Amino acid sequence: MESNSSAYWKATLGLLTKILIIWFLVSFGAGILFAPMLNNIHLGGYPLGFWFAQQGSIYVFVVLIFYYAKKMGQLDEQFDVHED
Amino acid sequence: MDLQTITYVVVGISFALYIGIAIWARAGSTSEFYVAGGGVHPIANGMATGADWMSAASFISMAGLISNMGYGGGLFLMGWTGGYVLLAMLLAPYLRKFGKFTVPQFIGDRFYSKSASTVAVICLLTASITYVIGQMTGVGVAFSRFLGVTNDTGIYIGMGIVFMYAVFGGMKGITYTQVAQYVVLILAYTVPAIFISLQLTGSVLPQFGLGGTLVGTDTTLLTRLDQVVTDLGFGQYTTSVPGSTLNMFVYTVSLMIGTAGLPHVIVRFFTVPKVKDARSSAGWALVFIALLYTTAPGVAAMAKYNLHATVNSAVTHGGDLYAADASLEFEKRPAWMKRWEQTGLLAFEDKNGDGRIQYYNDKPTANAESKAKAEAAGWKGNELTVNPDIIVLANPEIALLPNWVIALIAAGGLAAALSTAAGLLMAISSAVSHDLVKNVINPDISDKNELLVGKISMAFAIVLAGYLGLNPPGFAAGTVALAFGIAASSLFPAIMMGIFSKKMNKEGAIAGMLSGLLITLLYVFAHKGMFFIKGTEFTDLIGGPNSFFGITPEAFGAIGAVVNFTVAFLVDKVTKEPPEHIQALVESVRIPRGSKAVDGAH
Repeated sequence: MESNSSAYWKATLGLLTKILIIWFLVSFGAGILFAPMLNNIHLGGYPLGFWFAQQGSIYVFVVLIFYYAKKMGQLDEQFDVHED
Repeated sequence: MDLQTITYVVVGISFALYIGIAIWARAGSTSEFYVAGGGVHPIANGMATGADWMSAASFISMAGLISNMGYGGGLFLMGWTGGYVLLAMLLAPYLRKFGKFTVPQFIGDRFYSKSASTVAVICLLTASITYVIGQMTGVGVAFSRFLGVTNDTGIYIGMGIVFMYAVFGGMKGITYTQVAQYVVLILAYTVPAIFISLQLTGSVLPQFGLGGTLVGTDTTLLTRLDQVVTDLGFGQYTTSVPGSTLNMFVYTVSLMIGTAGLPHVIVRFFTVPKVKDARSSAGWALVFIALLYTTAPGVAAMAKYNLHATVNSAVTHGGDLYAADASLEFEKRPAWMKRWEQTGLLAFEDKNGDGRIQYYNDKPTANAESKAKAEAAGWKGNELTVNPDIIVLANPEIALLPNWVIALIAAGGLAAALSTAAGLLMAISSAVSHDLVKNVINPDISDKNELLVGKISMAFAIVLAGYLGLNPPGFAAGTVALAFGIAASSLFPAIMMGIFSKKMNKEGAIAGMLSGLLITLLYVFAHKGMFFIKGTEFTDLIGGPNSFFGITPEAFGAIGAVVNFTVAFLVDKVTKEPPEHIQALVESVRIPRGSKAVDGAH
């Protein structure tokens, strides 16, 4: 059981790291640091960097949370730590 | 029906709805009072969280700020939504598993120390009280502008309504009222935005309209807006940055971790039945918040375009913006401008005496080309001042929408302010009755008496908030920075370390919270005055304004958090590790199995 719970925690941290990297890339990356560069590309009438800062990052955040909730549900089952 | 009557009817119906819900959802036990009995469906909880989160500031001021700042305004959009990702993954499920009523209770138990929980109570009370003042003033403004009663009467009515459903309903009443308030506020925000987007770009959704093409032309809205504002000497809309890119970066970090650390938001996740629900509920909350937050940039840009188009005919028809007959004649200004002139939020001064309104950037920051053109055209300075709050409030009037839409805005603004105020009052009252009275002063208090103390402290909090709303201290504007700064620099790191570091001990946590808090307060007070008293600023002592790499005080919370983490780990290294049972507690918090209904027992 002990090794089981530490394996579960390791898997959880792995998932968190993956999601936080995407979270960082869309907001701080595409929305701020690389925005001037991305603004040369257009998405409809939007300069792409501007779009990430004012629209895109929010959509990605929503998807990330639901993805996290789903993946965590699977991890709970896999390591048999889910609620009854 | 005239505008005034329609407004009364719409606001009256929404208030009747809230009171009806309050009567239906009365709280009978402490569990219902603090956490709605822990039985709220994740989607309903997400909606309530959305209403709780979106304050008078989000509803009224945010689009105005974005409109002024352009691209840089994205920091509010990313900061106030990205925090939910952190909340969902780093805090919410674990605090729900822990299964107690309040945030200070977690900090107190995890760091086996009443001092730690008391520090958390102080942080919580400061953050929540400063935040609630803004809501009460918002209620006053909405009432006085739309219902023709005085500011003071408006605040009394607001206090009465909140009292009814918050004191009797507790978290249960608040949660279900917030669901209704969410529906009202989101309709009020999106309906005018859809109309305006259709008028300007032909797209139904403002999310597409913002990237769309202006009706009857082949120029996109953003391209035209960029041309107009740069020609008039303002910074380019789609690229202008507040201060520096570094400041925008740090500001966004501060808002994100501040959002995740605000106690009135965190407690929302104690009201769902399971750990699993806490995870998905954060996602639903963000869906409902995103509906408003992705609409806001459209509102901001379109209102800016409409405003320029109203005062300068060359904006829509092309041609020279500086032509003598392009500027609007003052006598021919539309009715909405006259209405808002009376509130003082919009003002015109004919500096060059030509009877026309010239609206442009006359500051030294303006580009050389526009300065030369303005001089050649005989302009003697900017003649129109517009308070950013008008952007949302007057938006339907600027776009000449029907009266019922304007009435809806009034109901929406009130719903936003009241729902946030109720959530904050709940956090304040539970900190007092549960964390101070039950935990520190009288641990033997019965369930029934604790409920009574909770209701009394809620009533007190309402009176205090009302008093501060009636007599707003001069610092009201600077306080939001403080609330986020405190949440980011003290509460968020403490909770996170409590979950993710098994070895973090009480000495480390307390030292971290205090140093994060102090350095943030120091930096904010240096810019805004000791306890916000004018004239006591001491920026010289810290090396001039924004001396820390050009970072503004509003953005400093992230630096406070870094200090908190660093100090905590250093102190933790040199003091002894936490006892066995605390390490076991952390182990159990990390695993969903065995979660039970939330209760307050120690």
